[in-house]
Amino acid sequence: MAAAGPSVFLLMVNGQVESAQFPEYDELYCKYCFVYGQDWAPTAGLEEGISQITSKSQDVRRALVWNFPIDVTFKSTNPYGWPQIVLSVYGPDVFGNDVVRGYGAVHVPFSPGRHKRTIPMFVPESTSKLQKFTSWFMGRRPEYTDPKVVAQGEGREVTRVRSQGFVTLLFNVVTKDMRKLGYDTGPPDTQRASGPSPPQGLPQ
Amino acid sequence: MSYPVPTYKKLPENVQPRFLEDEGLYIGARPEVPRACQNIMENRLLTQEPGRKWFGDDGRILALPNPTKGFPSRPPMLTREQDIKAELETLYKKAVKYVHRSQHMIGSGDPPGNFQLDIDISGLIFTHHPCFSREHVLAAKLAQLYDQYLARHQRNKAKFLTDKLQALRNAVQTGLNPAKPHKSLDTTQKAINEYKSEIRQTRKLRDAEQEKDRTLLKTIIKVWKEMKSLREFQRFTNTPLKLVLRKEKVDQKADEEAFEAEIQAEISELLEEHMEEYDQKMEGYRAAYQQWKAWKKAQRAKKKKKKQAVEEHPHGEVEQPCPGEEPVKPVPPEPTDRALVEQQVRERAARSRRRPGEPTLVPELSLAGSISPNEQCPRAEVLRREDVKRRSVYLKVIFNDKEVSRTDSRPLGADFRVHFGQIFNLQIFNWPESLTLQVYETVGHSGTTLLAEVFLPVPETTVVTGRAPIEEVEFSSNQHVTLDHEGVGSGVPFSFEADGSNQLVLMTSGKVSNSVSWAIGENGIPLIPPLSEQNIGFRSALKRADAISSIGTSGLTDLKKLAKWAAESRLDPNDPNNAPLMQLISVATSGESYVPEFFRLEQLQQEFNFVSDEELNRSKRFRLLCLRSQEVPEFRNYKQIPAYDREIMEKVFQDYEKRLRDRNVIETKDHIDTHRAIVAKYLQQVRESVINRFLIAKHHFLLSDLIVEEEVPNISILGLSLFKLAEQKRPLRPRRKGRKKVTAQTLSDGDIKVLVNVIRAYDIPVRKPTASKFQQPARSSRTFSEKRAASPTTRSPTHSADYPLGQVLVRPFVEVSFQRTMCHTTTAEGPNPSWNEELELPFRAPNGDYSTASLQSVKDDVFINIFDEVLYDVLEDDRERGRGIHTRIERHWLGSVKIPFSTIYFQAKIDGTFKIDIPPVLLGYSKERSLILERGFDAARSLSAGSYITLFITIEPQLVPGESVREKFDSQEDEKLLQATEKFQTECALKFPHRQCLTTVTDISGKTVFVTRYLKPLSPPQELLDAHPNDPQATAELVARYVSLIPFLPDTVSFAGICDLWSTSDQFLDLLAGDEEEHAVLLCNYFLSLGKKAWLMMGSAIPEGAWYTERNTRLGSHEAWGPTAYVLTREQSHYLIWNPCTGHFYGQFDTFCPLKSVGCLIGPDNIWFNTQRYDSPLRINFDVTKPKLWKSFFSRSLPYPGLSSVQPEELIYQCTDKAAAAELQDRIEKILKEKIMDWRPRHLTRWNRYCTSALRHFLPVLERSRGEDAEDDHRAELLKQLGDYRFSGFPLHMPYSELKPLTEAVYSTGVHNIDVPNVEFALAVYIHPYPKNVLSVWIYVASLIRNR
Repeated sequence: MAAAGPSVFLLMVNGQVESAQFPEYDELYCKYCFVYGQDWAPTAGLEEGISQITSKSQDVRRALVWNFPIDVTFKSTNPYGWPQIVLSVYGPDVFGNDVVRGYGAVHVPFSPGRHKRTIPMFVPESTSKLQKFTSWFMGRRPEYTDPKVVAQGEGREVTRVRSQGFVTLLFNVVTKDMRKLGYDTGPPDTQRASGPSPPQGLPQ
Repeated sequence: MSYPVPTYKKLPENVQPRFLEDEGLYIGARPEVPRACQNIMENRLLTQEPGRKWFGDDGRILALPNPTKGFPSRPPMLTREQDIKAELETLYKKAVKYVHRSQHMIGSGDPPGNFQLDIDISGLIFTHHPCFSREHVLAAKLAQLYDQYLARHQRNKAKFLTDKLQALRNAVQTGLNPAKPHKSLDTTQKAINEYKSEIRQTRKLRDAEQEKDRTLLKTIIKVWKEMKSLREFQRFTNTPLKLVLRKEKVDQKADEEAFEAEIQAEISELLEEHMEEYDQKMEGYRAAYQQWKAWKKAQRAKKKKKKQAVEEHPHGEVEQPCPGEEPVKPVPPEPTDRALVEQQVRERAARSRRRPGEPTLVPELSLAGSISPNEQCPRAEVLRREDVKRRSVYLKVIFNDKEVSRTDSRPLGADFRVHFGQIFNLQIFNWPESLTLQVYETVGHSGTTLLAEVFLPVPETTVVTGRAPIEEVEFSSNQHVTLDHEGVGSGVPFSFEADGSNQLVLMTSGKVSNSVSWAIGENGIPLIPPLSEQNIGFRSALKRADAISSIGTSGLTDLKKLAKWAAESRLDPNDPNNAPLMQLISVATSGESYVPEFFRLEQLQQEFNFVSDEELNRSKRFRLLCLRSQEVPEFRNYKQIPAYDREIMEKVFQDYEKRLRDRNVIETKDHIDTHRAIVAKYLQQVRESVINRFLIAKHHFLLSDLIVEEEVPNISILGLSLFKLAEQKRPLRPRRKGRKKVTAQTLSDGDIKVLVNVIRAYDIPVRKPTASKFQQPARSSRTFSEKRAASPTTRSPTHSADYPLGQVLVRPFVEVSFQRTMCHTTTAEGPNPSWNEELELPFRAPNGDYSTASLQSVKDDVFINIFDEVLYDVLEDDRERGRGIHTRIERHWLGSVKIPFSTIYFQAKIDGTFKIDIPPVLLGYSKERSLILERGFDAARSLSAGSYITLFITIEPQLVPGESVREKFDSQEDEKLLQATEKFQTECALKFPHRQCLTTVTDISGKTVFVTRYLKPLSPPQELLDAHPNDPQATAELVARYVSLIPFLPDTVSFAGICDLWSTSDQFLDLLAGDEEEHAVLLCNYFLSLGKKAWLMMGSAIPEGAWYTERNTRLGSHEAWGPTAYVLTREQSHYLIWNPCTGHFYGQFDTFCPLKSVGCLIGPDNIWFNTQRYDSPLRINFDVTKPKLWKSFFSRSLPYPGLSSVQPEELIYQCTDKAAAAELQDRIEKILKEKIMDWRPRHLTRWNRYCTSALRHFLPVLERSRGEDAEDDHRAELLKQLGDYRFSGFPLHMPYSELKPLTEAVYSTGVHNIDVPNVEFALAVYIHPYPKNVLSVWIYVASLIRNR
């Protein structure tokens, strides 16, 4: 098999859910999970996790820091269905009910290296003013049936959402054998041998 | 201080406040200032500065609109805020080439070439310069005129036109005297007319040219004369110009003749022309005259009439003649006078042509003249000459608005010529945008002035160095220069005349002679950058522009129109500019053109295909990916498609291809019976089409599919929840909370478990003592329990005395099997055991697909088998007793309950007491009815003659059952009827929301049909009617049995819970599969034809296979009852309720009737909805004529319209082939025997032929008696035949559909599990054929152990 070349490529992602900016909320925790296509399979690490509850920092940044590690390795035969990380942030409302504060998703970066991503977060909106009030009152905000919905496009047209805040993620991506399988995702400057730059001078 | 200021104080006196807003003017929002502050301010302003300028017309302080914005305009700070060190981080950015103007940039991806543009600047000539003297001005003019003359002379247009005229005249001459008679007169005439018109035009052109030539010559001579006079006047010469006029002699006579001939020809032509004109005018005149005459006549007639009218009606109104309509009498045209024409021609000739005999003048300009030296010139002239010497000129070369180089500075010569002779090689990188030369003049050591800019054209790509001609490009400047010497200056008026009239204003101007070309590289390749696409496109578009505009945009699509336009406009076919157009036209006119009738959207697709389509289709990986994305069942959950084609096995596609191939091929292997194979195939196709429809519907999302949102609570719930806030967080008696439902897609293997709670059972059959024939059986063969009883005297035939109290009658346990996983309870004792155990069975969805659709189609059953555990002493030697226990456990199957998984899935939980399906003959066991009676159980239960088990089954976690597809089916019913059904249903649902009300159903083709159309008398097979000719009740039972023998196939399984499809009775009989509705419809139709009063009864019943007893209604809720269809018949005095799937019937007041509620009754001509208070059949009145109890669909207001039935006229029954049935019987037997041997891989399986044949004889008896009341005879017979065997076995009975249920049923009995060393088996199959291929299958399976 080794002679025939690899039949799968590996994608190793580690990093962390660093921090969040939710100006209005405090004491939040977040869940993450990965959504990937049928040709993908996790080989090592955790596909999902739930973080500790964090409070806002006392300095001017008012950041909510989790520093929640992510470490997972996937194998795949096909870049279709490239893994996405889906984040959902929860926290207590005024009555102490745990309600959702934001959903967000982003693809794991394609190219190897260190990447920082800031994901805008959103929550589904109530269908009417009255429902908004009652959901606020009863502490049962509208939620997605499955957080993984935010990683897919189908059926989203029936929903309305509101923006909430931002979550910053750090990814360290390592790939193996992608080049051998014909997928070139490296940064452009390492791909082409940079030749002598053409004469830019003016004619004499 | 903050009291409000009255308005009048703030306004001028006697002025009312004016509110601009009310007048409709826009007033911006004022900033929010508290009222108190405003008052303070107003007071202060009024006291400090009494002026009212601070207040507006409305009496309020003037205020600007609110300056604060409603929204932030600052961009969100994402990274900066969080990352303080962002400024310190160094980011690497690759150097980017500066792109000047991208569209003209040479493609950035191309290797940058070494392109070179050569600019050769040879010299500069001023056609006017401020330092020109008057003589210079004239000389320049002369030189210009001479150049013009030379150019004209070279072209000699007059001569060309004269020749052409001559040729045309000749052509007309030959045309008039046709030498070629074969040409039709018509065409010649046309050609001649064309020639004539051309002659006319050519003549005019020639005259104009000749006149111009003559004028030019005259002007040259005039200017030369002026110059000569100027030189004489100023007494010095500045320019070397000299004009010599050379006279060329001509032959006087010939010239005169030619002149005269020309004149004559012209005259005759003109005359002809005039004649034509005259004729035309004459024609017009005649027509006009006729008109005039007619008018006149009419006028006269009118006048006459008027006169009469006036006479007749002297006082009447007279018609007014319309003024202005009177036409003028036309004047006939005058004929042309020849003399006049001749005079005109001669005059013109004199003006424009050389007189005959006059010599031809040829001017020759030379620079042979001498210039006067400085000493001979006046001071002003010397100053001028010195000024000229001080001046020098240089050029700057500007490329794309950038100076790239400049020439050397050269002094201006006395002749105002500058020679540079320099070649500049421009190495360029960008596409040349503009190329400019700037002319600079330096005077002495003072400043430099920009005289003019010369714009050079960018050369065509074909122009390369060496082939480029030197071109002269003119330039001029608009600067004004006045000089204090002889120079005339620039932009300053001056005159040659002494009196200063006829002023001239000349501007500095000149010519640069240069050439621009592309350089050629060392290897001869021109260094030309490739043209960018846009440039070409733009140019070609420009070329085509005129053609398009001249024929209109639509013309482009019509090549014929284009060709017509081309013919009319006489395009020059040799002009390379027209080449593409000409080619197009030649194609269009040749008729070979292929004008496509279609419009292609992706005509460039081919360009982008990186492999050919065939190659793409050959790729296995691509095919796999396509199939998966199409959600083809075999590949829907295919994971990890290999990266290479070679890693994909061919066999991946085999199943799929086989299925595609087999779609029309009937596979008989699995089904044995061809007919059933066809049916299975048909059902498969229906299922596929329904599933496809379902797949499409699955991609339509509703909000509720994506978002979980609380319902808007009404006021009572709101109140309750308010109340709940005050509630204790942890009440002492917590209320049961509903389990959270789980959506199916998040599940995976092992997540779902089926929980079976086995609670208790009633009336399990008890063991019978061994027959009296063997008074002294071998010790070892006695049952363990018997041994303990150890009383041979009790073996009397009277049952009641058989077992003393306390003896174990039976030791039952329950084994639950699901998907071949087994679980069993502990063993209990006695015929009424209580287990109270929970069994957990894992559930695995097919293909690991946990989607709702897939779960709905799970066809697995949960088998609950009750066994008797029998312990046998295997001790060989009595002496060993006491030192060890040597027993063997045997399990004897007593009965089973079968519950389909789909029922559990749809109903979430199943809770109730079920009737155990006990075989008709259970050898070795008996139901101790008398015993039970004695013990005082209620009489009703003992009558039911059955054994029961109480179960609670559920799925953990609870799954959300799939919803039916939101789809509206089209219908052929009357729209009014459909509206009425909707109204009826909503009315019924309002009153009794839980009662089933059915008006329309979906037929097998997906159309909505009114339900009464399904009911129509249809006669059952004659064979059944003949069986009991005198007993209608027996006939009815037989018919019901026949119907129940048609296999049951729930719609929910076959159509994935999508919709309930009703097939007509003939379709049902053809398919030989259907659910309770089809069974009920068929049975009802049979009863109708038997003359019974019968209705279809829709209601709820215990799920199929389940059986409630009255005492368990406490546990059971409405949820556990599934909607179903029964048949109601009215006998003479009472009503009977028939279960169409089992063939059983119940009286109305039978407590064991599984039907628990009645929703509506459906007859062939009406629907009645139950509006009574109760819906249990025990408590309702079935008299449908009472409108208070039954709400009928068709009533007086909506009479029955006489709907035709969808059922066939009559059902045709083929007699089933007996031989085929016998063959099938043999094959089933063989297969089952093989199966049993397969299930016992570690043991030898022996078949007892003798017993098998005995059983085979017995099975037809069972069929005849329908499994009832045969036990005793049978036992006796068996005992007689198999005296020395211990026998345990039972017959199984079921309708035949396919092989799998049969094997499952045999497997579930566990007969094969016996592993006594010398066990023997017997298996017999009997198939009783009924008409229309309905088969009743009996399987007798038994194990025998020889008594020793």
